[in-house]
Amino acid sequence: MKKLSLIAAGVALTAIAAGGAQAQQTLEQVKKRGQVICGVSQSLPGFANPDAQGNWAGFDVEMCRAVSAAIFGDTKRVKFVPTTAKERFTALQSGEVDFLARNTTWTMSRDTQLGFDFVGVNFYDGQGFMVPKKLGVKSALELKGATVCTQTGTTTELNLADFFRSNKMDYKVVAFEKNDEVLAAYDSGRCDVFTTDRSGLAADRTKLKSPNDHVILPEVISKEPLGPLVRHGDANWGDIIRWSFFAMVNAEELGVTSKNVDEMKKSANPEIKRMLGIEGDFGKMIGLDNNWAYNIIKLVGNYGESYERNVGEKTPIGLSRGVNALWTKGGLQYAPPIR
Amino acid sequence: MTTALDAGQKADLPPPAATVGVIGWLRENLFSSWFNALLTLFALWILYLSIPPLIQWALIDAIWTGSEAQDCKLPDGSRKEGACWIYIKAWIGGYAYGLYPYDLRWRVDLAAVLVIVMFAPLAIKRLPYKTVYGVAVILLYPVVAYMMFSGFVEFPPGAPEASTHPWRVVPTDKWGGLALTLLIASVGIIASLPLGILLALGRRSAMPIVSTFSVLFIELWRGVPLITVLFMSSVMLPLFLPEGVNFDKLLRALIGVTLFSAAYMAEVVRGGLQAIPKGQYEAAQALGLNYAKMMALIVLPQALRYVIPSIVNTFIGLFKDTTLVAIIGMFDLLGAIQLGNADPKWLGFAIEGYAFAALLYFVFCFSMSRYSLRLERKLHTGHKKT
Amino acid sequence: MAVEVDTARAPDTPIWLDSRYRAIFFQLVLLVLVVGFGAYIFHNTYVNLERRGIASGFAFLGSTAGFDIIMHLVPYQASSSYGQALLVGLLNTLVVAAVGVVLATIVGFVMGVARLSRNWLIARLAAVYIEVIRNIPLLLQIIFWYLVLGKSTPSPRQSIDVGGAVFLNNRGLYMPAPVFQEGFWLTPVAFVVAVVASIFVYRWARARQMATGQQFPILWTSLGLIFGLPLLALLVTGVPFSLDFPKLQGFNFQGGMVLIPEFVSLAFALVVYTGAFIAENVRAGIMAVSHGQTEASYALGLRPGPTLRLVIIPQAMRVIIPPLTSQYLNLTKNSSLATAIAYPDLVAVFAGTVLNQTGQAVECIAITMAVYLTTSLTTSVFMNWFNTKMALKER
Repeated sequence: MKKLSLIAAGVALTAIAAGGAQAQQTLEQVKKRGQVICGVSQSLPGFANPDAQGNWAGFDVEMCRAVSAAIFGDTKRVKFVPTTAKERFTALQSGEVDFLARNTTWTMSRDTQLGFDFVGVNFYDGQGFMVPKKLGVKSALELKGATVCTQTGTTTELNLADFFRSNKMDYKVVAFEKNDEVLAAYDSGRCDVFTTDRSGLAADRTKLKSPNDHVILPEVISKEPLGPLVRHGDANWGDIIRWSFFAMVNAEELGVTSKNVDEMKKSANPEIKRMLGIEGDFGKMIGLDNNWAYNIIKLVGNYGESYERNVGEKTPIGLSRGVNALWTKGGLQYAPPIR
Repeated sequence: MTTALDAGQKADLPPPAATVGVIGWLRENLFSSWFNALLTLFALWILYLSIPPLIQWALIDAIWTGSEAQDCKLPDGSRKEGACWIYIKAWIGGYAYGLYPYDLRWRVDLAAVLVIVMFAPLAIKRLPYKTVYGVAVILLYPVVAYMMFSGFVEFPPGAPEASTHPWRVVPTDKWGGLALTLLIASVGIIASLPLGILLALGRRSAMPIVSTFSVLFIELWRGVPLITVLFMSSVMLPLFLPEGVNFDKLLRALIGVTLFSAAYMAEVVRGGLQAIPKGQYEAAQALGLNYAKMMALIVLPQALRYVIPSIVNTFIGLFKDTTLVAIIGMFDLLGAIQLGNADPKWLGFAIEGYAFAALLYFVFCFSMSRYSLRLERKLHTGHKKT
Repeated sequence: MAVEVDTARAPDTPIWLDSRYRAIFFQLVLLVLVVGFGAYIFHNTYVNLERRGIASGFAFLGSTAGFDIIMHLVPYQASSSYGQALLVGLLNTLVVAAVGVVLATIVGFVMGVARLSRNWLIARLAAVYIEVIRNIPLLLQIIFWYLVLGKSTPSPRQSIDVGGAVFLNNRGLYMPAPVFQEGFWLTPVAFVVAVVASIFVYRWARARQMATGQQFPILWTSLGLIFGLPLLALLVTGVPFSLDFPKLQGFNFQGGMVLIPEFVSLAFALVVYTGAFIAENVRAGIMAVSHGQTEASYALGLRPGPTLRLVIIPQAMRVIIPPLTSQYLNLTKNSSLATAIAYPDLVAVFAGTVLNQTGQAVECIAITMAVYLTTSLTTSVFMNWFNTKMALKER
């Protein structure tokens, strides 16, 4: 028995020692591990969705691949950890994932109270409503007395309450733990209305029994800037994610795509030269190789390519660029210059 | 029963036709009084309401052949009346293995075959060194099973073989289906029994600090629902550990399930310990045995034998409780069924999925409870007053 | 009762072999380990929360919740506080547990007795019910019933209409709600008076029966009192309430009372599941009463009904109550599976939504666990008291 307790004490001490050694920078950990661990949604077509073979695809997933490309020059060095709405924050807080690329809304309380840093907005979204066509509803303002299905513990749930409160309409909310449960309940007629971010509505509509019998109402009732986030306190790691994303947006603005990136290396445009690592030491500034942005564009593509491939109008999700167009085309996507 | 014999009667008349044979049985068992007759009619009515539609749905109208959801639907897109068993057929692999890589499912099968091969010799009555072999197998098998499930060849991420090698590592978040259910249940069972015994001994210990801690531990776990324990293990455990140290999600759930079921096990074992007469303890001490020997050689063998049926019942409870990991986002059997129900190709057949799951769980739990009944009879530990 | 190892030893035993000192040493080691482990965890949590800038403390209970809850027994709206949300969740848990306990007890006793019925068919049916239900996980049953309820009920416009007052659809069971007016207070008062009076009548009648052997129709008297007195009060005050009928308006029925499908399917599954376990306990309890008791009772001329009621059940209760207690506790704890079907119980509201909105996992889980522990301990204490009261009084 005494021996046992000695062993236990030893184990505890080792654990303490290990804990001390672990408090190092995220980038070093990632390099040592040879893999970046990325928290994604469980199953959201177009954004993060595993196929039958377990290969992940989607817009958020490509954000993870871009970071992997920037660090390792290889898009396969990512481990995807699917997280529920409930687990996502603890998973990031506890270091289970290196960053979250998941439909997570940037809010003040999350940025400050939960101890996170949002690094950018890769998708400007807003909350909307979907209703069965046969109800004949044309506007969200006609939803007085409706029953609404939503997912618990999301900003969606709060916006919903705000919307109905500010329009002095009463309603009933049925809040489920998982998105699939919300969808099943809506599909079975438990609710009149399904609400989530409009991108999610478009993605989820493809999962209904007969998608064409449902319509997304025109109102956008909230601002939902979705973007990747990291733990507070490791500024360098945040910079890597932030600039990986900005590199994709800048590439689109400069007309650099995965197809023409090799030719573009010869471009005379100094902005392109700086981005692709021909001039300057911008990769070194964030602790990476100067090829970082080249690798992202070559292996993943620019922002527009990723968008069109995963959620664009030619996909089943069918989202037009809208506010997510570049600022030069009347949208909101605007990346600070690399210089 | 019906007539008293007169003293001078010559020969017994045969019993009235209404007391023997089928009619007699019916009278005795179903129509012995007007109230009983009423009950019988009521029962028949219940049967009439439930059985024919069930058979109609599950067998007669059921769709057995085909391979696509279209085969279960009418031309207008609404589903046909009967059960769509081809949905189960299409998803049976998913139910069994969850998201486990398709080309590696044979590893799970191998683990299943090994469990039979390794435990089969224990069925032989007069196997030499049976106890030693049994303990060795119980300790060894989990290691083997872990190797099968997880694999042991790790590749640097990005290596070409990392997605083809037959023994490549499969991370635990890919484990699922019935395989995961059985895994969680068996780990929970194997780990919670010794822990439960320790706690039970601790609770009955004369040392006040030991018994206080044991009582606190047992009552704390028994007082809260398992789902809060699982929530705690999935969202709070990471905060308890130093930064950077992390447990696998499956391991966290396993710890939660094991601690929870150990507390229940402790109470079962305590019941057994209390049933051992004091004389046994005193005799052991008189022989000069110390505490460990007294418990291991004299008291526990008797106490455990006494409560084996209750232990099996606790296991059944644990087996049913493994479904709760589906709530924290793991794909055990129930989780895999839900995964299938959300498959866009097979929407609208959830009832079949759950019915199939219910049947599977029933088969497992019912056979375990029959086994426990058999043991109870064999060990004569039933203590019913007769 | 703990068995003490005899500790008397020869005086020359070295101290490390003396079991008394060993016991003290071992306990000290355990104490240090447990306290150390606790401190280690506490320290880690503190450091983690600090470093990650996560807020801690219970101040959040006062801030605005901002979300709605479909079923609340106390006034609640989105502008209420997290503390009020906690109360709503707690009450929802208690309601489903209370309904479940009462109905499961009835189902359990009926099925337990039916299992032992001399009617072959009834006994078989009860056995099949018990075996099937006990061997299927409760979570699966809850989800299944919820699904079936959703599929078998029509949409609001095609509601099943019972007499224009009660409506059943996939949003729930709508019933007229009484709206009380001035002067209604007399009726509940009359009810309480009637109950108290019945208790006195019961005591008096019992004492008289003990003394003189004369029986008194207690049941009918109490029933008359309990129903008659409030009715009288109601009539005297001029029926001071009206009914608020549910009306189809827009998407759904408005007004009246509603039982949401989540509540119905959760309560139903809990009752059916726990009822099967209680039935087994009841059967074991009845079997534990020796057959001689039945025979003696028949010999005294009691018919099977009174035999069961007056002789068997009172004796069986002593065996039944301890496992019954744990079934009640299990039912209460199992009601937390509500989170799988969106019934807003304590776990779904507080360890789910509130935890997510505030991010304060430690506080939320701790409060939830504390509530369940308190409920469990309170129930145990009550049932222990009841058990002592019912226990065989040996003379």
